[in-house]
Amino acid sequence: MRSIQLFMRSIHRMQRTMFARTIRVVLGAAVLGWLGLASAVCAFQATEGASAPAGRASKRAVLPPQVEKIDKAMESAWADAKIKPSAVEDEIKWCRRVYLDLIGRIPSFEEFSEFAKDKSPDKRYTLVNKLLNDDQYTEEYAAHWSTIWTNTLIGRNGGMEERSLIDRQGMNKYLRDSFANNKPYNTMVYELVTATGTTKPGTEGFNGAANFLAMKVNEENGVQATAAVSKIFLGLQVQCTQCHNHPFNQWKQQKFWEFNAFFRQSRALRRYTKGTNDINFVELVNEDFAGEGSHPDKAEIYYQLRNGVTKVAYPVFIDGTAIGKSGYVSEVNRREELGKMMMESDFLDKAIVNRVWSHFLGYGFTKPIDDLGPHSPVSHIELFEQLAKDFRNSSYDLKQLMVWIAMSKPYQLTSKIGKENESDDPSVGELPKFSHFYTRQMSAEQLYTSLAVATQANRKGNLEEQQRRREDWMRQFIVAFGTDEGDETTTFNGSIPQSLMMFNGELIREAISLEPGTWLHQLSQNRAAPQDKVQYLFIAGLGRKPKPEELTVATQILAARKGEVGGMLQDMWWAILNSNEFIFNH
Amino acid sequence: MWNRYVTPSGMTRRHFMSHAAGAGAMMGASLSFGHSLRVHADELKKSRKSCILLWMGGGPSSMDIWDLKPGTDNGGEFKQISTSGDVLISEHMPMMAQQMHHMAIVRSMSTREADHNRGRYYMHTGYVPDANVDYPSYGSVISHEVISQRPELEIPPFVSVGGASEGPGFLGMAWAPFNVTSNGRVRNLEMSVDNDRLMQRRVALETIENSFIAQKRGSVLEDHRKVLGKTFDLLTSKQMEAFQVDKETEAMKEMYGKNGFGQGCLLARRLVEAGVPFVEVDLGGWDNHQNIFRTLQNDRLPVLDKAMAALTSDLSDRGLLEDTCIIWMGEFSRTPRINADAGRDHWARAWSVVVGGAGIKGGQAVGATNEDGTEVVGEPYSSEDLMASVCHALGISLETTFTSKNGRPMKIANSGKLIKDLFA
Repeated sequence: MRSIQLFMRSIHRMQRTMFARTIRVVLGAAVLGWLGLASAVCAFQATEGASAPAGRASKRAVLPPQVEKIDKAMESAWADAKIKPSAVEDEIKWCRRVYLDLIGRIPSFEEFSEFAKDKSPDKRYTLVNKLLNDDQYTEEYAAHWSTIWTNTLIGRNGGMEERSLIDRQGMNKYLRDSFANNKPYNTMVYELVTATGTTKPGTEGFNGAANFLAMKVNEENGVQATAAVSKIFLGLQVQCTQCHNHPFNQWKQQKFWEFNAFFRQSRALRRYTKGTNDINFVELVNEDFAGEGSHPDKAEIYYQLRNGVTKVAYPVFIDGTAIGKSGYVSEVNRREELGKMMMESDFLDKAIVNRVWSHFLGYGFTKPIDDLGPHSPVSHIELFEQLAKDFRNSSYDLKQLMVWIAMSKPYQLTSKIGKENESDDPSVGELPKFSHFYTRQMSAEQLYTSLAVATQANRKGNLEEQQRRREDWMRQFIVAFGTDEGDETTTFNGSIPQSLMMFNGELIREAISLEPGTWLHQLSQNRAAPQDKVQYLFIAGLGRKPKPEELTVATQILAARKGEVGGMLQDMWWAILNSNEFIFNH
Repeated sequence: MWNRYVTPSGMTRRHFMSHAAGAGAMMGASLSFGHSLRVHADELKKSRKSCILLWMGGGPSSMDIWDLKPGTDNGGEFKQISTSGDVLISEHMPMMAQQMHHMAIVRSMSTREADHNRGRYYMHTGYVPDANVDYPSYGSVISHEVISQRPELEIPPFVSVGGASEGPGFLGMAWAPFNVTSNGRVRNLEMSVDNDRLMQRRVALETIENSFIAQKRGSVLEDHRKVLGKTFDLLTSKQMEAFQVDKETEAMKEMYGKNGFGQGCLLARRLVEAGVPFVEVDLGGWDNHQNIFRTLQNDRLPVLDKAMAALTSDLSDRGLLEDTCIIWMGEFSRTPRINADAGRDHWARAWSVVVGGAGIKGGQAVGATNEDGTEVVGEPYSSEDLMASVCHALGISLETTFTSKNGRPMKIANSGKLIKDLFA
């Protein structure tokens, strides 16, 4: 009892001394951006809650016509469904969202402030263009998208398996370069599907794109390559038809093996470190394929129906186009022929539009996004097909596609759900209506990078080193299933292990460390008032000022820490980083 | 303790949620934290059912383990041996042969999912993958149904050892599997602050958390709050000792086998003893497209045999087997036909699972396959049927109905029918 009374008394004392004080910003230069705090905070007040800004109506910049196409399609779908979309999200929250989706992290304090200060009605468009095209963001943009694509192409575990044939750095390097140069998407796909060369940077004949198929062609006659290429780039799930026809899938077993036949010239050759048994790197090559019937000039493959009857297959594309049957690479380069036909397929366009749309809006037009078969229900089918065509006509410019989506109305909406659109909940099995932003967890990579920005740890070491450190950290979340296909999942999924990591993990310990030289130490040492420091934490982490009840808790904790500001900042920063508001993209 | 966060009404919770109205709340919270309720615990323990799922990732070959076809073209290299029950099994399962009086083999499983991901999902949930509804897996369903028997439980009711299991579907992240490695190591359990300070942080965290939830930005935020509550519970719980497999004697560790799966099974026994209702233990490496016989004989079967036999006999010795159901299964089985690489490919049309304990009649084979193992003879059983039977064994009514978030009512185990022969 006595301790409680003491505690209460100390809090009252604290409140008198601390909260009666006016905000004075007196600081050393130690904390970057501190001087901007007061003005940034003012700007925040101006924009907070300012929904539906002049952004659209009095716009001077001309948006690409696709934005209007999206908006019109959405509006008519909302009207049909008799739902009312949520309001436009306040600018600061939207700013956080667009940083996360475009470059994979939250904005820094300075970036928040800069956006808050911009009074132009075109500020959203300006920001999107800046993140996509300004040189200062090129590296981060490329790192973010290469991370996403590395995970898509080889999995989060790719390259870390025992005796792996993949060089993860090589895969990453190829993708980073591609995104940094805004390589047209179709070119990238063609290069990945037809790649030959070595997997490891610095080796002769290096071609990072070769890593995509390096581990998918040798085993099981290239079944993995068949499944991955059709699923990732064409949105066609064929892996189930390998053994027999399926009622729910338009693909028949014959088609699977005809598609598979394109990969039968491909081999991944191991190159060993001299004098050892260790794989140094791998070379992906095309070799003459004799066929399973030993007629290389018409190199066929065989597969078995469930009843044991043996059938024959030659390379035939999904639309029924056959190519020459020769197994000689000099006569028919099967992967190149496949690549060319893929370039003509509108499944290529739809698969990527669906993928990018879902990246920004949380759900695709189909679920899952890489299943475009006729059995998959499609939301907004006309818009989907239109966007696919427009994307092809843009010469596969991914940045343009991102602008269309990031500037579209559904992407501007708040994640707050109102009475008139609460039925729009794809998590319960409804087709998405995109009438509010769907709150979702950051990816582990986004979280890591965001923490680095918020604690200024990103100012140490180059991006490549940071990426490597992040991948080491990522390993704790990867759980592999015991199958040949290298299936995997992650425990960074909102369950307890993730919370434990956020409570006690090394990453968070570092983020809240008070060791000299850390960001938090600097903050604790400068002469600003404690509540100003708390405000700084909230803006850096959440892009908003603390609420009165949050300041009250801070005061109480300061008392519990016996007035030691550093300890209080640690506790509050810990709470901010663990909060839903930090960990979700909203 | 556990249900507190699922039905947010407990005392302790309200303590915290007086959200920093004054220091008293914080102090009160820290005093009551870690203090567990033990109301009627003994009474409830009597009716307390558990389940251990031995998950064989990759799809193990029934024909080489539980349902041999010696002398046929598909039969393969292994002989069968007699067991303590009225069944014959593979010669490479000698220790399990001594325990078969506890276990029943269902030899007439017939399913349609022969893709790993689809099969894993189907066997875990009783539903085929559906773009519109996310179904809860075994562990989520069962722990959700029997949690009320365990008011004292502070640690997660659904633990997945050495593998990923499947998710909670529409039941929400609060029923997600808690993943640990097979040695029971739980990462990031070490706190850097004392309890009082952790509680103060908790108040700060919940203040931020709740004001954001109040903005109605989606149900995922509510899930996050529940998971945080569970994490706080677990951090200070004495029951976490159950994860410390190291505390077992050398002899005991030896008996289960000093490998991931063996220690994982030992961990499962410890967890069930501590009151955890559902534990899944993962053993992968059954996707034997090549060299199946060598792999099974030299590698997989010795590991499986030792651990599964130890688990069965140990549970039996401790009187736990009568209330604990053991399930052995993978996503499907392997082709009766042996392929050109001396392997077997995916096969779901006719295969076996093994169940026992919790009142299931052991020592028998239910159903059969034809001479060359390609077809089921008699009535075929599905994942739904198996799940219904397990639920029945655990005292869960098959009339139990879930309502998905969009209001669709769904019977437990997808309305599967009881495999009656399992219950004499």
